[in-house]
Amino acid sequence: MNITRQAIEDFLYMEAELLDEWKLEEWATLFSSKGSYLIPPIGNPNADSAKSLYLVNDDRARLEQRALRLLKKEAHVEYPHSSTLRNYNNVRIVDQNENSISVKCNFTTYRSKRADLDSFIGVLEYKLVIENEELKIEEKKVVLKLESLRPQGKVSLIL
Amino acid sequence: MKKYVVEDKLNSEFLVHRSVFTEQQILELEKKEIFSKCWLYIGHESEIPKNGDFVRRKVGGRNLLFTRGSDGAVRALYNSCTHRGALVCRENKGNTKVFRCFYHAWSFTNKGELVGMPGKDGFSETFNCNGSKNLKEVTRLESYREFVFVNFDNNAISLEDYLGNAKEYLDLVADQSELGMEVLLDPQEYSVRANWKLLSENSVDSYHGMPTHKTYFEIVATRGGELSKGDLQGVGLDLGNGHAVVEYTAPWGRPVGRWIPAWGEEGQKEIDEITCKLENKFGKERAERITKKNRNLLIFPNLVINDIMAITIRTFYPIEPGYMEVTGYALAAKGENEEFRRRRNDNFLEFIGPGGFATPDDNEALELCQEGFLNNQEVEWNDISKGMIREQPLSNDEEQMRGFWRKYNEVISNSSSKNLQEEQVKG
Repeated sequence: MNITRQAIEDFLYMEAELLDEWKLEEWATLFSSKGSYLIPPIGNPNADSAKSLYLVNDDRARLEQRALRLLKKEAHVEYPHSSTLRNYNNVRIVDQNENSISVKCNFTTYRSKRADLDSFIGVLEYKLVIENEELKIEEKKVVLKLESLRPQGKVSLIL
Repeated sequence: MKKYVVEDKLNSEFLVHRSVFTEQQILELEKKEIFSKCWLYIGHESEIPKNGDFVRRKVGGRNLLFTRGSDGAVRALYNSCTHRGALVCRENKGNTKVFRCFYHAWSFTNKGELVGMPGKDGFSETFNCNGSKNLKEVTRLESYREFVFVNFDNNAISLEDYLGNAKEYLDLVADQSELGMEVLLDPQEYSVRANWKLLSENSVDSYHGMPTHKTYFEIVATRGGELSKGDLQGVGLDLGNGHAVVEYTAPWGRPVGRWIPAWGEEGQKEIDEITCKLENKFGKERAERITKKNRNLLIFPNLVINDIMAITIRTFYPIEPGYMEVTGYALAAKGENEEFRRRRNDNFLEFIGPGGFATPDDNEALELCQEGFLNNQEVEWNDISKGMIREQPLSNDEEQMRGFWRKYNEVISNSSSKNLQEEQVKG
């Protein structure tokens, strides 16, 4: 796959902006037909999902349901929507072959609601592919660099 | 004597004073009367299967090591060097022969015995002959069906007596696999900005199910788990000793064992096989209860075992009146095949935990209650009356929560009146 880091950065920043603007249906369309969205257990990013308790392990159907749910008023935890801000840094291409490209970037995501500002930090690991001549996410893995979800308490937003 | 809980049977009204969720003084009483005297869950035996295995656990505010020594015995050791106090173990889990405090390099075996210290010639010959310098062990540690509990009160009644009627429900979970049950690796550690007792209530509260988790039920329906008339029907029980349970039917699939269309023919075959095995072992009626009924069980004060679309074990402790730390575990049948385990874990993550489609909304509800308690001076009481007019309260009534509060009231009101008397005598 022949693609510049510049083009990948533009793609990732666009994804971050869609999430910050709660355009979640559009976000889900960034995934390929086999796309997945994962948050492995904290401290065990390569855990076997049959043996370990993940935080999120969404296939294509469930990541879309996640997106659609968060747009409903009855997704109480995100009603009204929290304010979020995503910063993506240190974008690097880690592997590239004919059909796919693996990219990592560091992230800091802030969520503010009521009196609290929570931050989530870590590394995003993407596997990107071309599907129907468009760049798509085949896998997005969120490796949290935290000790626990305290005091954040939850991952109600999409990281 | 200040009343925190008022039960008016004549008028079918049950009230809880909201100060129990906000007052530091109450939290201090709870630390003394509840978290130092009740049986508290430390872990499941499957978490430390081999000699030398350990996990680090915080239980009742204490730093403990849940260990299996080289002699095979399960222990709870206080993770604090007997020399000057530092933690002797900083890893969350592992396998070791020795715990070595890095500060002055005192070393202890995985049974807690002091086996090494630099500069031994500076100590008397009889040093530690009485074992007083070994890692201190929690004296009371007992287990039921592999669920292991500790108690910091040496005079406490036995675990089995304490569990009482709740044992029946632990059996219904433990009996789900011939090979036994196991806890998955990597528990979820999260928090809620709310009082811990709100989660005790919430975990056995079916009344909130539909309004709070509507979006979840909509997703279950897309898998063929559509709500029908017979769903979400059942009973809510005060099991005594503060323990509570709701047992009911639900539209979601259960790994052991209620099939939903999304699991396909293969899934149906497996569920039928499991059910058949259970019928042979326990008879039709009990097998039906194990496989088709859901159970949310609360063991007083803070152990929740929810046997629902998957099985979760959950404990939680107050850090402040308005902030708790929660640990969530997944319990599964040992030896189940990969596809089966995948369905179970998908079910789990879809509903439960900080990234699920339901738990974050519970978290939000609890935090909004805590926000609402800012009005405590003018709005003083919570109402927990639903179902008091019925002879047998339903699973979406509040009888099971009243069970929790009855015990809570007994413990806290007695203690606070005792303290008050002591103060008056001193005064």
